[in-house]
Amino acid sequence: MALKPQARQKTSAGPRPARVANRPGPTPVVPLLPEPFAGWFADRGWQPRAHQLALVEKAASRRSTLLIAPTGAGKTLSGFLPSLISLAARRTRANTPGRRLHTLYISPLKALAVDVARNVMAPIADMGLPIKCETRSGDTSTAKRQRQRQSPPDILMTTPEQLALLLSHEDAPFLFGALDTVILDELHTLSASKRGDLLALDLARLRRLAPGLMMIGLSATVARPAELRAYLNEQETPETHITLADVIAAPPGAAPNITILEQDEPVPWGGHSARYALATVYEAIKAHKLSLVFVNTRMQAELIFQELWRVNDAALPIALHHGSLSLEQRRKVEAAMAAGSLKAVVATSTLDLGIDWGDVDLVVNIGAPKGASRLIQRVGRANHRLDEPSKALLVPANRFEVLECRAALEAAGAGEQDAVVDRTGGLDVLAQHVLGMACSAPFRPDELFAEVRSALPYAGLTRSSFDRILDFVATGGYALRAYDRFARLRATEDGRLRLAHPNIANQYRLNVGTIVESPMIKLRLTRARVRSGGQPAGFAGGRVLGEVEEYFVEQLTPGDTFVFAGEVLRFEGMQETEAYCARSNATDPMIPSYNGGKFPLSTHLAGRVRAMIADPRSWSNLPRPVAEWLALQQEKSAIPSADEVLIETFRHGTRHHMVLYSFEGRLAHQTLGMLLTRRLDRWGAKPLGFVANDYGLSVWAASDLSALIATGRIDLARLLEEDLLGDDLDAWLAESLLMKRTFRYCAVIAGLIERRHPGREKSGRQVTMSTDLVYDVLRKHEPGHILLEAAWNDAASGLLDLRRLGQFLGRIKGRIRHQALQRVSPLSVPILLEIGKEPVARFAREDLLRDAAEDLIRSATLSDDPEPAATTKKKNMTGEKTSHGHSRSQTRAPRRGRIQ
Amino acid sequence: MAILALKPERLDAGEFNDQPISICGKSFRADFSGALYWPAENALIVADLHLEKGSAFAAKGIMLPPYDTRETLTRLAEAIDRYQAATIILLGDSLHDEAGASRLTTEDRESLAILQEDREWIWITGNHDRTIAHELGGHVLDDLTVEGLTFRHEPTVGRATHEIAAHLHPAAKLSLHGYSFRRPCFVANGLRLVMPAFGTYTGGLNILDDAFYPLFGTDGMAVWMLGQEGLYPIAPRLLRPD
Repeated sequence: MALKPQARQKTSAGPRPARVANRPGPTPVVPLLPEPFAGWFADRGWQPRAHQLALVEKAASRRSTLLIAPTGAGKTLSGFLPSLISLAARRTRANTPGRRLHTLYISPLKALAVDVARNVMAPIADMGLPIKCETRSGDTSTAKRQRQRQSPPDILMTTPEQLALLLSHEDAPFLFGALDTVILDELHTLSASKRGDLLALDLARLRRLAPGLMMIGLSATVARPAELRAYLNEQETPETHITLADVIAAPPGAAPNITILEQDEPVPWGGHSARYALATVYEAIKAHKLSLVFVNTRMQAELIFQELWRVNDAALPIALHHGSLSLEQRRKVEAAMAAGSLKAVVATSTLDLGIDWGDVDLVVNIGAPKGASRLIQRVGRANHRLDEPSKALLVPANRFEVLECRAALEAAGAGEQDAVVDRTGGLDVLAQHVLGMACSAPFRPDELFAEVRSALPYAGLTRSSFDRILDFVATGGYALRAYDRFARLRATEDGRLRLAHPNIANQYRLNVGTIVESPMIKLRLTRARVRSGGQPAGFAGGRVLGEVEEYFVEQLTPGDTFVFAGEVLRFEGMQETEAYCARSNATDPMIPSYNGGKFPLSTHLAGRVRAMIADPRSWSNLPRPVAEWLALQQEKSAIPSADEVLIETFRHGTRHHMVLYSFEGRLAHQTLGMLLTRRLDRWGAKPLGFVANDYGLSVWAASDLSALIATGRIDLARLLEEDLLGDDLDAWLAESLLMKRTFRYCAVIAGLIERRHPGREKSGRQVTMSTDLVYDVLRKHEPGHILLEAAWNDAASGLLDLRRLGQFLGRIKGRIRHQALQRVSPLSVPILLEIGKEPVARFAREDLLRDAAEDLIRSATLSDDPEPAATTKKKNMTGEKTSHGHSRSQTRAPRRGRIQ
Repeated sequence: MAILALKPERLDAGEFNDQPISICGKSFRADFSGALYWPAENALIVADLHLEKGSAFAAKGIMLPPYDTRETLTRLAEAIDRYQAATIILLGDSLHDEAGASRLTTEDRESLAILQEDREWIWITGNHDRTIAHELGGHVLDDLTVEGLTFRHEPTVGRATHEIAAHLHPAAKLSLHGYSFRRPCFVANGLRLVMPAFGTYTGGLNILDDAFYPLFGTDGMAVWMLGQEGLYPIAPRLLRPD
């Protein structure tokens, strides 16, 4: 509230209302806004937008509402306007008793909450409103968090995880009892995920604690608003009828000005680095005030950042921002952006959501955006004013991406968005929530069941699943009732369930949340390893640079160089839970290959890409190398029509390839590759491996696949029948690492195993067992356990993308077009180029061990018996009694008496 | 971009079922289950069973599947069957805690009794089980010396010889073809040996950890990693720290 008006920048002004050229006379709509709001708008020569007023009106009649407004339409202020008005009015009442929390704002990102707090505090300060507005996150000090619970602010801005924590406390009824409004920002990014499941359950609890609670959902982009509207509402009779919240849709802003980078240099066949285009990107950065360069992965961010600085002759201030960097470093970049002292920022999705800093006038998207919604979201970062079109440059990294960028552009132009997949709530999330509720207060199962079912993701939950989850929370839910006496929940005499011990609440609080990243490892700068007298000592510690995924560190060997935080680092080794690295002078660091993107190509864009390829008339709009590439494909092989799938078989080197152009995204293709190789193996086609990307996959074999198809020994229609998703899938999945990883996530979320907390780990690793052991034991002894069921559901809908694969198999029935070729086809080149980019071969672990052992045996380095000579010396050194003739009955054991 | 390469059929798994290990001239066979067989004495040695670790966790509110003891005893029975050993030496930490014996289910207790029948059964105490309940039968010793070799739970710090110990739960991390993973392992240098933990819910300590340095130094260490189907001698140069 101490913010001075001049500190308020254009970009942080929040409302972004249409600027009216001449100061308007009173219009019919303005009276809807009470003072001092009407005056505040008028003083700035602004007029409230129609959707802002509409939301105020909805709020006046206490209607939960979804507001869909494009980025830059003053969406966030709109969401807060009803609360601000109501809180401002409260001031006029005398003798207001102790403050209670009035409005809760939930955002998917901590950083977003901080940013929004800034934007909302500005008008509060301008109007001198006595409204206290605070943020709360994992970074908030313990003292402040304690204080917030005892004497809450009027408006609290936080994340779903913090809400879950707050609700698990005994004082939750006090804290939330007077809650009036919940604002859910960027709801579309939360709803269809486990975080969304947990949030939905927490909202159901809030509705019970504060009857009549109003929900306001904010969403920049949504294809199927009905889902979000239902998510906002309490579902009282989910069997028969789903109720929807109201909806307000703001008019779309000026059409974005998006161009695809096209230049004389030919677009590469494969790869994701877009290195070929960076000189042009650099020129674009030079020509604009502030550019945001978006990439899909952290590794890509590091690489692009590195490459941009390589061509940065003018030493422009170009910064890097991604989620693995230390908080301090990110804050520095954010502050520099806001201060206007940067020229460009290379960023991943950490900057993806509604955050806006500084005057971004160009968004560059490296690689394909993978989905139309994502593209619009990112482009929306530029020129955060509706009346000016935002400007964006798409930089395809390879030929398929040119097509994909085109498709995304067309989709954006047509205002189309990707579909949101509806989901049923995770059982692991439910287990976590049940324990959290027990931490807050004893509960009646019937009541909690009804409450849980009022949340949309759990509307279809059966009582038997709910009861199994209760049993899981209490005792682990095992058929062998070995743990009944250790139950975490116990029945009270009046039929409620209560926590058996207060310690369990502490355990819960350490494990709350649904984000199970692969464990993160801190990267610490060091000079060198200190050794003293041959004993390994430690590393000289320096500052923490940030965090990386454990799997990344695992593949490093001391001495390896890699890029992080824009520096080339040399991995020195691990010490406890930290990776120690030294600055390196290496100019060509070993950068591990990375996947094309975290996000698979959306179904919607895939459809457009297929249509584009199928229509030769549209090729003339494409860059010449790409058009020529497609024409060559038409000449050498075939162009499939939009509803066909093309399969090519050809020999390349010693391998016989089968390439499928299925366009179903990387995840579905990986699953398909696994299943096809298994089936081909059973049919005797001797498959050797496969590679998949977003657009298709290639399976290679030792047998001549063209001949096998020609002679009918492989029937392609039979190969791709829908029963592919049957027994083969089960058999493969049960043993797969993917399933084990999925199980680990479920086990952590459900509280079966504890999260690893850096710094809280016990020293020796021998005390922590691997989740794989638990998975193996459970699968062997209780295959029907509810957590295995939860993991299977997750794998099917998540990493396996089974739904999409199933749809694909259904779609291509009778529409398979096969081309037997003499050589590699033009279209297949980008897919074949993926081979060798990844560490080859998903070996079974047993194979790796056998390989290593055979290697050892071959090189005969195994010293079978290194005993001679050394033995006598050692004996004397240790003074060990080595007199012969000791037998079992003559031991020198102190408890000799027990020996017969 | 996932790549899968199916490996052609190769050596029979049987070839790696067990491996010869020699300690101070005495010949042993190390089994892929993590047990060690001493043909000359017809004795089978297993270490760190940590029976009832699951229920110990359950008492603390972590409800791991309650099948760990059953699983461990089943694997032990299979190993005993393979070698038909007359003497069983348990190298300490056989129970996860001293109260563990009281938490054994009736079935598991019976399985244990069946294994003990007609066999000499020697519990060596460990830091988790300084005493072993009488009703579990067998002999209880703090250590045992046979034919000049001493069997004890905690390895002697320093370059000791003639010792077969456990306690550290040795594990190795293999890095090959761009993949790496950890497995329990036997680690020895011809003069002493540290056994892998046999229990189902036991983690492992990387043998490149500082704790192993005083025992084996930096060279002369031979390593056998436990697979699902075999025991594999691994060149130390392929091993990585955690």
